[in-house]
Amino acid sequence: MTAVLEVRDLVKHYPGVKAVDGISFSISQGICFGLIGPNGAGKTTTIEIIEDIIPHYSGEILYKGSPKTSSFKEEVGIQFQATSLFSFLTVLESLKTFYNLYRAPMPLEKVIRLCRLEDILSRRNDKLSGGQKQRLMLAIALVNDPDLLFLDEPTTGLDPQARRHLWEIVETIKAQGKTVVLTTHYMEEAQILCEEIAIIDQGRIIAQGSPDDLVRKHCFGVTLSFPKHDSAINHLLFSEKIRLICPDIEIIDTSNRYEILVTDVNLCLGALLEKGIDLSLITVRPQTLEDLFLKLTGRQLRQ
Amino acid sequence: MNTILKRFYSIFIARNKEYFRDRAAFGWNFLFPFLIILGFTVIFQNRGQSEYKIGIIPPKVSATQVDSLPVEFGQLKLIRRVEFNDRKTGFDKLKYHKIDLLVEKGSQPLHYWLNQSSPKGNIAESLLLRALYSPADHPGLAVKSFVNGPRIHYINWLFPGIIAMSMMFSALYGVGYTIVRYRKNGVLKRLQATPLTAFEYLAAQVVSRLFLILVNNFILYAGCSFIFKFKCAGSYLDLIFIFALGSICIISMSLLVAAKVSSEELANGILNLISWPMMFLSEVWFSLEGSGYWVKLISQFFPLKHITEAMRLIINEGVGLYDLRYHITVLTGMSIVFMVIGSLSFKWTET
Repeated sequence: MTAVLEVRDLVKHYPGVKAVDGISFSISQGICFGLIGPNGAGKTTTIEIIEDIIPHYSGEILYKGSPKTSSFKEEVGIQFQATSLFSFLTVLESLKTFYNLYRAPMPLEKVIRLCRLEDILSRRNDKLSGGQKQRLMLAIALVNDPDLLFLDEPTTGLDPQARRHLWEIVETIKAQGKTVVLTTHYMEEAQILCEEIAIIDQGRIIAQGSPDDLVRKHCFGVTLSFPKHDSAINHLLFSEKIRLICPDIEIIDTSNRYEILVTDVNLCLGALLEKGIDLSLITVRPQTLEDLFLKLTGRQLRQ
Repeated sequence: MNTILKRFYSIFIARNKEYFRDRAAFGWNFLFPFLIILGFTVIFQNRGQSEYKIGIIPPKVSATQVDSLPVEFGQLKLIRRVEFNDRKTGFDKLKYHKIDLLVEKGSQPLHYWLNQSSPKGNIAESLLLRALYSPADHPGLAVKSFVNGPRIHYINWLFPGIIAMSMMFSALYGVGYTIVRYRKNGVLKRLQATPLTAFEYLAAQVVSRLFLILVNNFILYAGCSFIFKFKCAGSYLDLIFIFALGSICIISMSLLVAAKVSSEELANGILNLISWPMMFLSEVWFSLEGSGYWVKLISQFFPLKHITEAMRLIINEGVGLYDLRYHITVLTGMSIVFMVIGSLSFKWTET
């Protein structure tokens, strides 16, 4: 099947910085593709080059198998990380303004329903909450009924409830067969929404595949998390005894907790219980993309 | 509707709504020029300025010409002398408030003319007579006349300048500054992601601002005309044409300024740098009659000078468009140059 979008060896230089350093990927129809990485990794630069916002780059971009034409902007929807709208206009007026910029837009009622804007149609743009504004921006990105939708960190700064609302909308969009390109530095978001991800660091893709496959391939076992203030746990963690029981243990020192990676969680927990450690203070979680990024780069995503 | 027209209309309407709903700016756009006109009318009815212009014309009959004026004339303080080679020019300048008083060279007794509606004429007369003669001598040594023809009120001279100046600020800041702000806060980036072209966007900006300026100034003109009882001697259609052409020219100039700039502070500085000299060298407030060659030459490069002059000629002298062809050509040429360069160098985003 022909990829909806194919990027080959994309390079973008700024004075003194190589923002994008030979990025290549291909996105199949109907999936959500995530570009994941810390701030400044090159995610936004990459998608803004694809969107024709950033000029002067090298590399090749193919849309539906061919170089982009003037119809590209008619067929893609874009939600930027941070943009404003015309002042003094209501939500409905803003939607209508953008609706009229396209040849074959989606019926407004459908966009309004999809993005749950019914209750705020007469509210002015500048009176919207963060979540409402992001839903409006998403509606504007969808107003032309795009085949390919770019979402650049759509949930940054939103509270958990607003974030979940937006995820539900994105799931609905995906269910309509549209292709989504999502950038985020929230691993949970990528894990929930994306079928495929590319992890970007310092302008390069360092890993690519489905979230589960990548985690399975690079990370083993589970993570046990301990509070630092428990001296019994601390003493045990740094003693040789624990290493005799769990020889592959890896200890990560975070600000207020120790996290240990173990392959045989049952063996390790049994040993801790035997030593009289209160397990109610311990949390056990599977390996995530966050752990994957840490493993691949040696840095936390939000550093 | 054609797709291009639909896109153009969409931005046009959005921009108009923004303008009319920004009540503070909207109100101020009406109030500012009106208050200036009102203020200056009141001020000049009672007080003069620090410098007065006295025109010198040759005698009516050249055979009797005497190339001298009283010695004291050259020592007059607060007076600038402006010599004219022919009498008609001198009378026209007095009639249209370019000078405050007119004196006939070599006349015995000294013959001078006043424009009855000139707010500064009486002061110039008083300065002249006090310097040349003792109060008792006035009746015998000086003859006063008034300019013939229709009486041109000072407000008629001032009004075209004020209305053109108000338009200039509205066009420069309303378009230029807004575009820079939109570039800075990402509105332009959002529009760039749509099929809207730079030309369509800029055309919508120009037409929207032109429409708003015309509506604003139509109301302002009607209001001032009603309050100050002045009339337009020429055709209203000609007046609208010149005003619209001038507006397009200055809007295009602001597009040129805003084509690449991303900093609101820089845009403000550039717009100030353009608007203030243009205001002072375009005869909005005072005539450049008697100013140096360079000042007059520089003023020719300012569109506001051509707009003000052409509007005054239509309102006060009833001149038609054919006689204004020089101003029309200059304004059209400037508009095309500004628009083309502005469109070609336009950037949607900061990068």
